[in-house]
Amino acid sequence: MPDTGQAVNGTIEKRAREDKFQGHDYYAIDELLEDDHLIARDAVRTWVKQEVSPIIEEYAERAECPKHLYKGLAEIGAFGPNIPAEYGGGGMDEIAYGLIMQELERGDSGIRSMASVQGSLVMYPIWKYASEEQKRKYLPKLGNGDFIGCFGLTEPDHGSNPGGMVTNIKDDGDAYILNGAKMWITNSPVADIAVVWAKDEEGKIRGMVVEKDMPGFSAPEIHGKWSLRASITGELVFEDVRVPKANVFPEIRGLRGPLSCLSKARFGIAWGAIGAAMDCYDSALRYSLEREQFGRPIGGFQLTQKKLAEMITEITKAQLLAWRLGTLANKGKATPAQISMAKRNNVHMALEVAREARQIHGGMGITSEYPVMRHMMNLETVLTYEGTHDIHLLITGHDVTGLNAFQ
Amino acid sequence: MKLLVCVSKTPETTAKIAFTDGDTQFDATGVQFIMNPYDEWYALVRALELKEAQGGSVTVINVGPASNDTIIRKALAIGADEAVRVDAEPSSSMFVAQQIAAYAKKEGFDAVFLGKETIDYNGSEVGAMVAELMEAPFVSYASHMEMDGDTATITRDIEGGSETVEVKAPFVLSAAKGLAEQRIANMRGIMMAKRKPLKVEAPVEADDLAVAVHYELPPKKGDVKLIDPEDMDELVRLLHEEAKAI
Ligand SMILES: Cc1cc2nc3c(=O)[nH]c(=O)nc-3n(C[C@H](O)[C@H](O)[C@H](O)COP(=O)(O)OP(=O)(O)OC[C@H]3O[C@@H](n4cnc5c(N)ncnc54)[C@H](O)[C@@H]3O)c2cc1C
Repeated sequence: MPDTGQAVNGTIEKRAREDKFQGHDYYAIDELLEDDHLIARDAVRTWVKQEVSPIIEEYAERAECPKHLYKGLAEIGAFGPNIPAEYGGGGMDEIAYGLIMQELERGDSGIRSMASVQGSLVMYPIWKYASEEQKRKYLPKLGNGDFIGCFGLTEPDHGSNPGGMVTNIKDDGDAYILNGAKMWITNSPVADIAVVWAKDEEGKIRGMVVEKDMPGFSAPEIHGKWSLRASITGELVFEDVRVPKANVFPEIRGLRGPLSCLSKARFGIAWGAIGAAMDCYDSALRYSLEREQFGRPIGGFQLTQKKLAEMITEITKAQLLAWRLGTLANKGKATPAQISMAKRNNVHMALEVAREARQIHGGMGITSEYPVMRHMMNLETVLTYEGTHDIHLLITGHDVTGLNAFQ
Repeated sequence: MKLLVCVSKTPETTAKIAFTDGDTQFDATGVQFIMNPYDEWYALVRALELKEAQGGSVTVINVGPASNDTIIRKALAIGADEAVRVDAEPSSSMFVAQQIAAYAKKEGFDAVFLGKETIDYNGSEVGAMVAELMEAPFVSYASHMEMDGDTATITRDIEGGSETVEVKAPFVLSAAKGLAEQRIANMRGIMMAKRKPLKVEAPVEADDLAVAVHYELPPKKGDVKLIDPEDMDELVRLLHEEAKAI
């Protein structure tokens, strides 16, 4: 169980300054949403204002994970909201899930990552691929935050090309022997369980649940990140770990397994990025009306207006993309390629918005007085993980031409 | 205890306020609405706490059009058991109070809770009117309350201090800060709320008695005048002649 979040270098107290964020809905997209979507968004926004905004700058500055927020995320229902309620999820639809991710990332991409990984990369594969017994064993505890999970796909030498992985399992009677290492794993140092993807003796990718206490398993932390500093990242090292056969997903074989999870998480990121972008825009808009130079608010200058107008235009386009994607996902019709397009577009959009917003804030924009620089640094990770910006472009390219440009 | 909580809809606190029709109507264009915080954070949550401690039920009531269903669902998501919407424009405090009192009398509630005021029109009227129409005691600005059997001990804010009163059910209470602590709906609650009953009732005959005829925004704040700290005479003159503060 995560500890209570006492900071190593002294307690981090909530800042008194109010988070004045307001949502932006230029095209009245709220009218396309249902009551429970609006209530869910509102609830998470309130929670973020109370629990995340007052502490996040300091945790990010210290590169420390606010571990106490895992329980809070569980309490509001941010872990697996789109997993059926009987398995510890929220039983909500994909749009509600997207909006929850949007609001969390409005607070911080690292906080959203904590929830994305738990819901889409840990609860989802267990719900989709594990045996009924495993589902009953893990899902309720993951849903209520008693267990924290992580997802191990990327390896030191296999990032964009996960199919080349070398982590492997060998049959040993009632268990498999797992060897190898995973890199860049969100949540890993604090995780109770890891969903790990490894090749079997036939070279087929298999998924399994590895528990923290299994001998030979360790998860050292990765330090020195200038991005996603409030989210903890680590390695997974397996030295002859005996994984009981009951922990290995019975049916699923091949890259399809992990990629299906990534589709879920990428969907959430396509929404999440809008949150980060809105926070930057919201802060820039307010700043541009308050900050005066040459005797008037900088928002009155054409060059500032160009930035603001383009930001809200791009945010609005991204919102429509996400809404349509969510509508398709609710019908089970969103393709992985469509999800790639939205992830790529929206994250890039958010990064551009953050950069422009940073300029509008002038020198103040590089400080932790405003959320912009933190979002900007976070979004560099978001642009890279869950499929890099370029890899998603190649997915779209492959989809429209039928020609594979990866290899 | 069978508790009725009145919830109303108000513009979000940062909404830009404007009027139309020659300053006789509030302009709702582009305004986002929320549940009145005094209703949500204090009245509703205290009612839920009582239910959790002593059993019973919490019903929320709103007088308004179907577009108010979002805030009603939110109250259900936070934990109310059922909801009633009286399908009518809430045209005045008296009209609203008559609807609530009629429903409360019909269903026989032990207590009616509402916020001390709405953050838009600041009327603070509905509670007292409901109590009068129900012929029940009214306790306003409650910042603390305990129930023992059918007796409530309620502490209310008064100028410079507090007063503690005792009332017997049925009674009407208006909630102030301190009565409870805000609760955030969680996703499970939101999904459960979808299955909770939201009844729509036709309004009873009622009059408006008082009708708003004109609205006005406060005058725009003027520029700040900076005065040399040495120049006390000028400060006194400005406070006296311009600000008319002394
Ligand atoms: C903070 C953080 C958290 C993460 N969390 C997780 C996690 O929880 N679980 C997990 O499994 N992984 C996680 N990752 C890993 C992440 O998914 C990988 O970093 C990502 O897939 C890219 O892999 P790589 O870093 O090895 O880069 P590489 O694959 O080496 O890519 C380097 C560059 O080469 C480009 N490139 C690669 N191949 C091609 C090609 N065929 N054509 C054109 N360009 C190409 C890429 O676009 C990129 O620009 C995380 C990463 C970070 C930074």
